[in-house]
Amino acid sequence: MTFSGADWWALLAHFLAMSMLAIGGAVAVAPEIHRYVVEQRGWIDDTQFSAAIALAQASPGPNLLFVPVIGYAVAGFGGAAVALLGMLIPSTTLALAATRWGSTRRDSRGVRAFVAGMAPITIGLVLSTGLVLAQPMAHMPGAWLLIGTTVALSLATRISPVWLIVAGAAAGALGWV
Amino acid sequence: MSVVSHAPSVPDGPRSALELMRVFNALALQGFGGVLPVAQRELVERRQWLTREQFVETLSIGQVLPGPNIINMALMIGDRFFGWRGAFASLAGLLALPLVIVMTLAALYARWATEPLVAGALRGMGAVAAGLIVAMALRLLPTLSRNALGRGLCLLALAATLGAVGGLRWPMAYAVLGIGGTAVLAAWWRLGRSA
Repeated sequence: MTFSGADWWALLAHFLAMSMLAIGGAVAVAPEIHRYVVEQRGWIDDTQFSAAIALAQASPGPNLLFVPVIGYAVAGFGGAAVALLGMLIPSTTLALAATRWGSTRRDSRGVRAFVAGMAPITIGLVLSTGLVLAQPMAHMPGAWLLIGTTVALSLATRISPVWLIVAGAAAGALGWV
Repeated sequence: MSVVSHAPSVPDGPRSALELMRVFNALALQGFGGVLPVAQRELVERRQWLTREQFVETLSIGQVLPGPNIINMALMIGDRFFGWRGAFASLAGLLALPLVIVMTLAALYARWATEPLVAGALRGMGAVAAGLIVAMALRLLPTLSRNALGRGLCLLALAATLGAVGGLRWPMAYAVLGIGGTAVLAAWWRLGRSA
């Protein structure tokens, strides 16, 4: 696939917008990134999208790192750089600018209403990310079993996510999913 | 404050921007599936760069802002000690090495993606990733019981968001502006009434 100049700008513009919308963190905007890069643009497919999230979860560091992996799948290392910078620049600039503003107003009615009102939206968006990732596997009973087991184990035990990812990789490599 | 007997009232703080970078790098490398819990243990309890109150305050400001909480926290903590140099040092510490690791994995995956064994392993990892994300959302659910909106409105807003974005695949801006905007207005009204 050839990636035109207009495509580069579109990729950058998309992640700049995602940065400002990522109020519940990067995972909350994953459904919107999926809608744009997979459904609307067709730059990557469901398998590549799901692999990007899985690779980021399997690596140490902030969850945000699925963003450069998606950029890489779209347009190589240049795509990774554009996606990551787009995702970081608006929110970091705002964070530095707003620190002093926020520390004096965090108990105000406006800030409290914003935090309270956005909390259920954020959880709804994170659940949507789970749904978007699970849907391409809807016809695979093994995948449902793996998803269910993961949810149960991570809620009921303090097991490190790394071991669950390793177990998932093994189950997948053995052809159970 | 468990084993520390001399419990200083003023936290110590890092000695240099370089130390800030080193510590945030160590935090990031320990953080599988979220860096925040590690950050609290290391920055507040072990190093005492921040008091618990300062940590919670920084976190609550970070939550209002867009961008991942841990990134916003790293920026604010770095800025508190060494201005923009500190902010940049924390951010670089948090991202540089994890970025190298994840990009190496991505490049290896791109090279071997068509191998049935690799494709199968990634499919299994994808299913686990979906489960981890659902579990993360479910762990956040109890925090809604203290929400000013009340439990009913919270669940309504949550279900509407899930249906619109996860089910109908609406563009997220509509959901955030429409459902989120309504929820924020409802919270504003409830906070005013109870005051």
